[in-house]
Amino acid sequence: MEIISFLNLVFVNPLVEIFSYPIFFAEVVISGLLTGVMYSLVALGFVLIFKASGVFNFAQGAMVLFAALNLVGFIEQGFPIWLALLLTIIVMIILAFLIERFMLRHLINQEDIILFMATIGLTFLLQGFGETLWGSNVKPLDLGIPNQSFEVAGLLLNEFDLFAAGSGAILVGVLAVFFHYTRIGRALRAVADDHQAAMAVGIPLKTIWIIVWSVAGFVGLVAGIMWGAKSGVQFSLSLIALKALPVLILGGFTSVPGAIVGGLIIGVGEKIAEIYWRPLVGGAIENWFAYVLALAFLLFRPQGLFGERIIERV
Amino acid sequence: MLRNLILMLLGAVIGITGVVATTPVVEADEQFIPMLVYRTGPYAPSGIPVANGFRDYYTMINNRDGGINGVKITFEECETEYNTKLGVECYEKLKNKGSTGASLVNPFSTGITYQLIPKASVDEVPILSMGYGRTAAADGRVFKWVFNFPTTYWSQASAFIRYVAQQEGGEKNLKGKKIAHVYHNSAYGKEANPTLQALSKKYGYELVLLAVDHPGQEQKATWLQIRRAKPDWVFMSGWGVMNQVAIKEAASIRYPMDHFVGNWWSGSDADVVPAAAGAKGYKSATFHSPTSDYPVHSDIIKHVYGGDMSKAKKNSFGEVLYNRTIVNAMFAVEAIRTAQAKYGNRALTGAEVRWGLENLNITENRLKEMGMEGFTKPVKVSCSDHETGGPIIIQQWDGSKWNIVSDWVSPIREVVRPMVEKAAAAYATENGIKPRSC
Repeated sequence: MEIISFLNLVFVNPLVEIFSYPIFFAEVVISGLLTGVMYSLVALGFVLIFKASGVFNFAQGAMVLFAALNLVGFIEQGFPIWLALLLTIIVMIILAFLIERFMLRHLINQEDIILFMATIGLTFLLQGFGETLWGSNVKPLDLGIPNQSFEVAGLLLNEFDLFAAGSGAILVGVLAVFFHYTRIGRALRAVADDHQAAMAVGIPLKTIWIIVWSVAGFVGLVAGIMWGAKSGVQFSLSLIALKALPVLILGGFTSVPGAIVGGLIIGVGEKIAEIYWRPLVGGAIENWFAYVLALAFLLFRPQGLFGERIIERV
Repeated sequence: MLRNLILMLLGAVIGITGVVATTPVVEADEQFIPMLVYRTGPYAPSGIPVANGFRDYYTMINNRDGGINGVKITFEECETEYNTKLGVECYEKLKNKGSTGASLVNPFSTGITYQLIPKASVDEVPILSMGYGRTAAADGRVFKWVFNFPTTYWSQASAFIRYVAQQEGGEKNLKGKKIAHVYHNSAYGKEANPTLQALSKKYGYELVLLAVDHPGQEQKATWLQIRRAKPDWVFMSGWGVMNQVAIKEAASIRYPMDHFVGNWWSGSDADVVPAAAGAKGYKSATFHSPTSDYPVHSDIIKHVYGGDMSKAKKNSFGEVLYNRTIVNAMFAVEAIRTAQAKYGNRALTGAEVRWGLENLNITENRLKEMGMEGFTKPVKVSCSDHETGGPIIIQQWDGSKWNIVSDWVSPIREVVRPMVEKAAAAYATENGIKPRSC
């Protein structure tokens, strides 16, 4: 009897609900897609740095927080929004320069794990320094982005979510063009393939690293604005990096489109699981379900959906 | 070689000065109170006003009165980041400080409280988990060392249902209503569930339970379910960023905010900041006034900040959680004062302060003497009742400040107390505790 009930919860009830209320299901899917874009924004920062330097930047979440804290801090100091944005971008470029000068330069040709450990240290530094500088209170972030909800054919949509999705799409488009059609983009890819070979043909590794960390800082700023507008700018922004990990596992660590598609799949997948399969385990499954989903994909594509397949002789 | 020597000397100097700077000098006539705080980490926006409230009240007592009957209060902060493991470490670090050890401990975290309960009786350090922690600890026969007055999560949940009944025109109108509980997926968040389930059976309302995982940055799925279920009322047991996001999401699905009621940990000033105008109408339970126009506040401004209101405001003065900690610190001070009446005006041990907590009787008159008349309700603790079943009151956000919008609402004691006794008895059996006779 219990087995039948269990099978019902797994296979029957969710499908009955989906087909009984298709409009609600559509709302769940759209909501998942929009949330997925937000995850992608965070994942993009990871991808950029990994793609260009092979470093898994554990500090990307802290960079999101740091950028948002600076933006709100400048606005609170009375700067107009455009100037606060500009100043924050400058701060993130300076940060990239300092990271290259004091961290990466000393770790060239070191094991990946050493670089990874260094970024863990950077995480704590940025969290602590950011909060010391600007405080730990929740700071509202209002850049005038519209935030009204409206209904279309029974579907409730929110202007802010749509704006965030649009911004994410534009950002991805720009980055894709940047990587594929500019000299710097090609240099970035060359560095990603082989540091020493890239240096041998005259690509300035240090400059490339500063550029890529600056771009990751800018992406972090965009993610910080979108997430910070939802929850206020506060420490927990740095924890959204955890939301990006399954996206990276799924999409591949080196693919910009992978970060986007991965984000969308994770966003939709976790929402559907939380809403339709919640009764099975009592709820609050979306956090870990995202990892289950990503790991399930890995069984079939270990390099992720769009990741590069690496074959090494052992 | 020389470089190493210089570094060693520098390290030694920093080490020595660090110790001097952070270790309070405790003399025999000073009462030590450990402070487990979280000024950093994801819950810092809630932890900062709490820490500041404790610090300011104790400082005010020292500066205004010269301590408690001449016994100065000393305190030391230890950063927990709202992390249970760190909280236990802080407790272990501080429990033996001071000439008589820790007077009592305010963990300010349900997770930490759960971990400290077995230690309290061994170390003889009473726990004051004011309005949080293990609800069953209200049964003082089993939990001799734990106090959770003036009221608990279970009492709060029952008072919330009573409030809903009042709003709906009587208990009979609860039948057929739908009430959702959006809760932090933790020991704390789940505390109210058994009460809400028991009352659901009693009154016939449908209960929808929706858990939100830590930290609660993303809650779209939860609020889609609210949109589909269309509950008549939503009750929330959240903390930190979960509250801010929930209020924003509720506004975004156009849920009627005046039917969305947070528990007393979901109604701080920080919680309504991100939603801005969207939070207007949101309600929360509390057990004290949200305003800062009481004589006790004037005393803090005068004796702690030298009359500098702007400096005080920068230190969370007057915020909801700051005010709550003023109540908490007052309970601690009055318990020590009560114990002094029995043991003498000197630094007391944890066991002596425990007696003070158990015999605490704060009357309307005493509240008036302390400049807190109308700020909170009287409390009378007893051997068997460490909770006192105090009432709650509902506050509402008007877009710029919190206002009280209800009368005091009593918990449904006839339902809650038997549940408390049953849970306490189960705990006693599991842990081989022989309940005291009270």
